Amino acid sequence: MSDQAASPGPATSPGPATAGAKEEERGPDGSFGRALRDAILEGNTVTVTILAIFTAFVVGGLLNAFTNRTVLHAWASLFSAPGHAIATAWDTAVGAYVEMFEGSVFNPHTVAALFQQASFSTAVHDGYLSAVFSPLSETAVQATPLILAGLAVALPYQAGLFNIGAQSQLIGGMIVATFLGYGVSMPFFVHVVVCVIGGFAGGAALGWLVGELKARTGAHEVIVTIMLNYIMAYFLTYLLSFGYLMQAPATSNQITSPIAGNAHLPLLFGSHLRINAGFLIALACAAGVWWLLNRTTIGFEFRSIGKNPSAARVAGMNVERNWVLVMLIAGGLAGLSGATVIQGTDFTLNFQSYGTYGIDAITVALLGLGRPFGVVLAGLLFGALHAGAPLMQAATGTPVDMVEVLQAVIVLFVAAPPLIRTMYRLRAARAGGVGGVMSKGWNA
Amino acid sequence: MTVADRVQPVDLDLAAQPPSSAFRRWLAPATFAVFGLVNIFVLGLYSHSGDATFAFSQAFAKVTVPNLSLPAATTCYVCGAITLVIAAVRAFAPLGMALKRVSIAVVVFLFIVALLCWADAGLTTAFNVVNLLQGTLNDSIPIMLGALTGVVCSRSGVINIGIEGQLLLGAFTAAIVSTVTGSLWLGLVCGALAGSLVAVLLAVFAINYRVDQVVLGVVLNTLILGLTGFLYDDLMVPYTNTLNSPPTFTAIKIPLLGDIPIIGPVFFDATVFLYLTYLALAGVQVGLFATRWGLRTRAIGEHPVAADTVGIPVLAMRYRNVIAAGVIAGIGGAYFTIGSVGAFGKGMTSGEGYIALAAMIFGRYTPFGAISAALLFGFMTQLQSIMSTLNTPIQSNLLLMTPYIVVIIVLAGLIGKVRGPRAEGIPYVKA
Repeated sequence: MSDQAASPGPATSPGPATAGAKEEERGPDGSFGRALRDAILEGNTVTVTILAIFTAFVVGGLLNAFTNRTVLHAWASLFSAPGHAIATAWDTAVGAYVEMFEGSVFNPHTVAALFQQASFSTAVHDGYLSAVFSPLSETAVQATPLILAGLAVALPYQAGLFNIGAQSQLIGGMIVATFLGYGVSMPFFVHVVVCVIGGFAGGAALGWLVGELKARTGAHEVIVTIMLNYIMAYFLTYLLSFGYLMQAPATSNQITSPIAGNAHLPLLFGSHLRINAGFLIALACAAGVWWLLNRTTIGFEFRSIGKNPSAARVAGMNVERNWVLVMLIAGGLAGLSGATVIQGTDFTLNFQSYGTYGIDAITVALLGLGRPFGVVLAGLLFGALHAGAPLMQAATGTPVDMVEVLQAVIVLFVAAPPLIRTMYRLRAARAGGVGGVMSKGWNA
Repeated sequence: MTVADRVQPVDLDLAAQPPSSAFRRWLAPATFAVFGLVNIFVLGLYSHSGDATFAFSQAFAKVTVPNLSLPAATTCYVCGAITLVIAAVRAFAPLGMALKRVSIAVVVFLFIVALLCWADAGLTTAFNVVNLLQGTLNDSIPIMLGALTGVVCSRSGVINIGIEGQLLLGAFTAAIVSTVTGSLWLGLVCGALAGSLVAVLLAVFAINYRVDQVVLGVVLNTLILGLTGFLYDDLMVPYTNTLNSPPTFTAIKIPLLGDIPIIGPVFFDATVFLYLTYLALAGVQVGLFATRWGLRTRAIGEHPVAADTVGIPVLAMRYRNVIAAGVIAGIGGAYFTIGSVGAFGKGMTSGEGYIALAAMIFGRYTPFGAISAALLFGFMTQLQSIMSTLNTPIQSNLLLMTPYIVVIIVLAGLIGKVRGPRAEGIPYVKA
């Protein structure tokens, strides 16, 4: 089996281990190119992840090419016009990705439009410059809640808990942030901070409930969080159904009044781009979680309990209290995620505001391998997919569900490095790789 | 007396257990007491005056049972009083395991009686108990089958969170195959196979590539949700008539048994899916606890090293069990389309796979326990939908929350920590 061959691949020269390590640093024969090639072929985490993403796109492209209606018609005439069929399939599959790229990273047409302007100042003033950066801004906007909710899954994961309930905590945060947003009147900066903290508290309350139930009664957190997802979704609809609760006055729709302008998260680069301070909050939280996990006693206890709760208890750690604490923080992060959606982009709360963030958060956390900076990168990638999806659907008719398929396939491949290594005939990574390490039972 | 009886089980996990606290000891009696107080002070005091009438026969039944009228408020008081007595007994008398479970069942039953009296009090229409039970049993079919799948997988040492995906792909495949071929039975078979197709993915990644099984299950669910949603938008919507208008199974009434009052219409007058559920329940129960296969399955779920030592092929057996169990969930999925509404809808399983998972843990990983938990949930859902048409002042969204809240209360208050098969979720690496 490839992953059992943890022995150094290229540096198999006989000799003591220290000599091997020295050799690794400058490459087996001293050439930088050779060392680089070995590093890539070795199938380390980065290589595997990139190949997994590539493979997922190939799978998604094939799916698209074989189910799209135009392509199906072309396949029907495969024997009379084989070239046409294959060309149509190729155009459809690649065209969808091109549109997705233009919607999430960079659209050449915007640059062309920029240069057609009379002067640079009019271009800036009329938003042509912003249009160039608009896709990237959208990616950041979409990534913000994914990063925060992903952290809400990744952090308890480090402590051995599965937080399937990011959705319920996110709804909790949304409810509190929205209520404070339209129900209270405050000066600009204070209002933003109060709403964000409220969002954190709303999510944290639900996270605390899960942790407390597990610690005190032994109720399994997977079940409790799943049930809470439903409960909070119905509770949200309930709140939005009555004028005396949270429904906006003079409407029959299930929606709240818009939050006050003072509670909007400030935009970072002018009014043409939607990127807002929420993105900075997400990055700060990722850094904070990293610091918490790796530089504090609390984080050490979290990780110890995640690795082996029995050993942690014997070592004198209070396992139950840590469960409560980690779920409280995670719930708060998910609540923040909800607050950034309300205060950054949506400004009102409706009965579907929570979207699929709860489930996406789990895929983000896994793609990020449960590490804070991994979660940021994964959140940016999936944010880009989400940002590009609407343009893709509008231009090529490919359903947005493609994004869910891509996400799931990427994570499946990332989670199984040996599979990718076998597919691309890579050698096993020196440091044991990432597979297998993450597996543990749920009877902790 | 066998060897197993004399050897005391050693709990290696002792250190991982929270110290048993007074809190834990008083939790169950306290939960009982809350139920009792609710019966008296909420349902009893606030019920409309008048009687609650319960009907026990459907229209056109061959043998009819007379209706039962109960004075609503008084019944609530009596139920509450009995519940409080049980709470006191549970608190101060040492009860055995069996009696404890019976007491839970009785308390829940009394609560439901009080609830129904409260809801139906003063209405002229009788509350039809048979309809309620029939609906419960039919609506629970996917949850029951999903939970049975979960039991087999867990007992083999594999966590299956992908039940939701299995149900969804089963529903999708059954709809499309039945529509294209016009054969319901072929649709059922293909739906079942679709369930085991998801199980193949689960098995390969969980057993071979040792991916974390909880996350894997969630990812598989996302994959299937995305895939079926994609194909639904891309193919089923434009070609509804040729791809997504399947026929549905009709109810088959078993002669004689189907005419027994109350029991007949509830248990013996349903589509083939209910009978398949009986079959699956019996198969899993007998298989797990009375056959060599079952003993081996439980062995690889509890202690794979020991099982391997005596020559049981752990990995091969896990593969076989997970994939075979997928068939059960696939049938449960097919119920959504060709068993009830016909056409497939995006995400139509609406999380019932997760409910099945909860039912499995709830039922302590036993087939009958899982089925009972699934039925409890189905009952609460059915009750909720009937209550919303009755004399209740509760808003429908709050009612919709009740099944999930009941699950949390019962889990936290009455059941507590459930110990699964010891090796569940831990990939086996042959030494």
